[in-house]
Amino acid sequence: MEVREILLGDEAVALGALHAGISGAFGYPGTPSTEMFEYVEPLAAEYGIHARWSANEKVAYEEALGMSFAGKRAIVSMKHVGLNVAADAFVNSGVTGVNGGLVLMVADDPGMHSSQNEQDSRFYAKFAVVPCYEPKNQQECYDMVREAFDVSERLRLPIVLRMVTRLAHSRADVVIGDRRPQNGLNPPTDKQQFTLLPTNARRNWAALVARQGEIIGESEASRFNRLELEGRDRKIGIIANGVACNYVREAFGGEVPHAMLSISRYPLPLGLIRKLIEACESIYVFEEGYPLIEEAIAGINGIGKPLHGRSDGTVPATGELTPAIAMDVFGIGRTGGIKSTLGHVPGRPPKLCQGCSHADSYTLIKEVLKDYPVKRTFSDIGCYTLGFYEPFDGVHSCVDMGASVSMAKGASHGGLFPVVATIGDSTFMHSGMTGLVGAARDNANMTLCILDNSSVAMTGTQETMATGDALYNVVRGLGVPEEHIKIINPLRNKMEQNAAILKAEVEYRGLSVIILRRICVQAARKARG
Amino acid sequence: MKYDVILAGVGGQGILTIAYLLDNAAINRGLRFKQAEVHGMAQRGGAVYSHMRISDREIVSDIIPEGRADMVLSVEPLEIHRYLYMLSPEGVVVSNIAPVINIPDYPDQGVVLDALYNLPRPVALDAGAIATEAGVPKAENMAMAGAATAYMPFDLSDYEPIIRKLFERKGPEMVVANMKVLENGYRVGKFTRALLEAGLPGAVACRAVAMCRPDSLDVVHAPRVVELLRGQKVGEVLSKAREGLITLDDLIVELA
Repeated sequence: MEVREILLGDEAVALGALHAGISGAFGYPGTPSTEMFEYVEPLAAEYGIHARWSANEKVAYEEALGMSFAGKRAIVSMKHVGLNVAADAFVNSGVTGVNGGLVLMVADDPGMHSSQNEQDSRFYAKFAVVPCYEPKNQQECYDMVREAFDVSERLRLPIVLRMVTRLAHSRADVVIGDRRPQNGLNPPTDKQQFTLLPTNARRNWAALVARQGEIIGESEASRFNRLELEGRDRKIGIIANGVACNYVREAFGGEVPHAMLSISRYPLPLGLIRKLIEACESIYVFEEGYPLIEEAIAGINGIGKPLHGRSDGTVPATGELTPAIAMDVFGIGRTGGIKSTLGHVPGRPPKLCQGCSHADSYTLIKEVLKDYPVKRTFSDIGCYTLGFYEPFDGVHSCVDMGASVSMAKGASHGGLFPVVATIGDSTFMHSGMTGLVGAARDNANMTLCILDNSSVAMTGTQETMATGDALYNVVRGLGVPEEHIKIINPLRNKMEQNAAILKAEVEYRGLSVIILRRICVQAARKARG
Repeated sequence: MKYDVILAGVGGQGILTIAYLLDNAAINRGLRFKQAEVHGMAQRGGAVYSHMRISDREIVSDIIPEGRADMVLSVEPLEIHRYLYMLSPEGVVVSNIAPVINIPDYPDQGVVLDALYNLPRPVALDAGAIATEAGVPKAENMAMAGAATAYMPFDLSDYEPIIRKLFERKGPEMVVANMKVLENGYRVGKFTRALLEAGLPGAVACRAVAMCRPDSLDVVHAPRVVELLRGQKVGEVLSKAREGLITLDDLIVELA
């Protein structure tokens, strides 16, 4: 009997990977990728696999590559900006290739629902010269990840599975297949493949580039790249990718009257693209993400026919696509919608929870900084970025994981005073530590506040790498003098004594670290059951 | 058949549980569904929404096209207004009347409610009161799901196995209480729908229904209520309001 399950896109990837016989899942939490790992984690014992969060995305990727080295299948997940962190490992894994199947699920966030940019991970796949899949729906999430593992082992290359928020966080029913056993232990017999000394790397790289014809051929033949010409209007030819294909179909009420190429596997199927261009009078590229396809086919001289997409403004240059945008692009009239009689509907931004320790930490920092003419605080990625808003006004930067520490250090060398930075425990362990090593060596004139709430709170209170004493020991071990590491609980009724401690360390001309320690209210609730 | 709903509310109000209920009801009926939701930062007390699509055919897009939603269902009355651009001209709005005031510029509550009642097809309910009556004050979301069911391709019996799965481990009384909340929400939805379809203005229909105990709303009496309310102004209806809720029978007596 056909087995169906209700799954988020992320979860369909997870179950597909489990059924493909993975021996491990690796990752670092990040919206919208988190639910992939979270689906696998509680099933790890049942499937006899390893699944535990890693310190950061680079570590996660390398752990997965190590499992592949051993001959086993591994999946690694992260959000798009996490791939920046893992990029060194990822790009080089294109040159090493893999042994056991290796799939990278990377979740992009077009429209920046909860991210600092909308970078398009397909460029990373192109950059590393490895194949990339881009599912349109939950069923394809499940089916593609299974196929991707087979392809990974056949081509001996890591495979990228590009997700987007709308699919990662959308549920539907999925038809489930059989469960494949895990691979046996089978480490590589040669010592060159994974040792990227220039002499080995040059050979591997040349071999990878030389295989591109074969790999593009696979894209041409893939069931996930579909060219529909027969019986279609050819005045307009449409190229769309991943979920954008759905929006085009939806706009036309299910049946697209025009010639259309749906792309869900890369490298680009150049032959199919040529066929479409030759057959049609004009080409519309409707692309979720940056104009990767559009720029590839436009080149410098264009295609000798009208070409429309994000680059010429036919499709908005930035932001997430929708069926409504597809209707506008293809001139399909839109009606409907009701005007609110309220006029302006005030925004309702997210806030720190009732009882959140970060709220008290920011109140404390604000109190101490009120006496200084220049109040600039560097911050980082996490719930505490919400300290940007009133009444806290305690965030003047948030760029990337760990940037609070290093930017504070740089600003202190530029003469800024006082320099206060805030970072969460998990973000600190992810990428703050390395910045702090340098700050300790230079005794940078700055005060780092580590907001230790024992949790990766923003993404749903996942396990953190080091908290409490373990975190203190890390800070001390990085070279911060013991007398300038202070641990406080940012309770409101301890405001006066806490302010005195913080003020003294801000005034100290050198590096100090204040650990503001109190568990996240959500994590505490979860722990209580 | 297709039915597209925007589920709206404030992070923490349980709209994902409403979605879970509807997802499972759809799959148990052999229908297709897609349901896109918001995770991450917005769940911390911010505006949250979900696109819920149900159909007997393949659903292509996870997102509902603008202006095509059959319903906007909101657990908070201001949040309705954020998604009206998504609503089809024939669409309905089902809203809780209790505000969540966690922003400094929340509009006057009376203005927010009037804006709701003056929409083309409003169903309004005091979800908190319905939930509290059944002994599960947090089950506002279940009252909302019940009210929405008056328009959706489901009936209450579709929910029973799902509610059982959700709440059984907390005790059989929790299953009974949540089913009761669903039923009373459903009564409000169904009765309001009958009044609206008979042509009564939204404000009149909603104000009249709001006076009654939800468990007394039996749709067989709707024609009689329509007859009594026809041509009445909101002010006249409101003048019949009593301290506390009355039964539908008493309302009919009052109106007559």
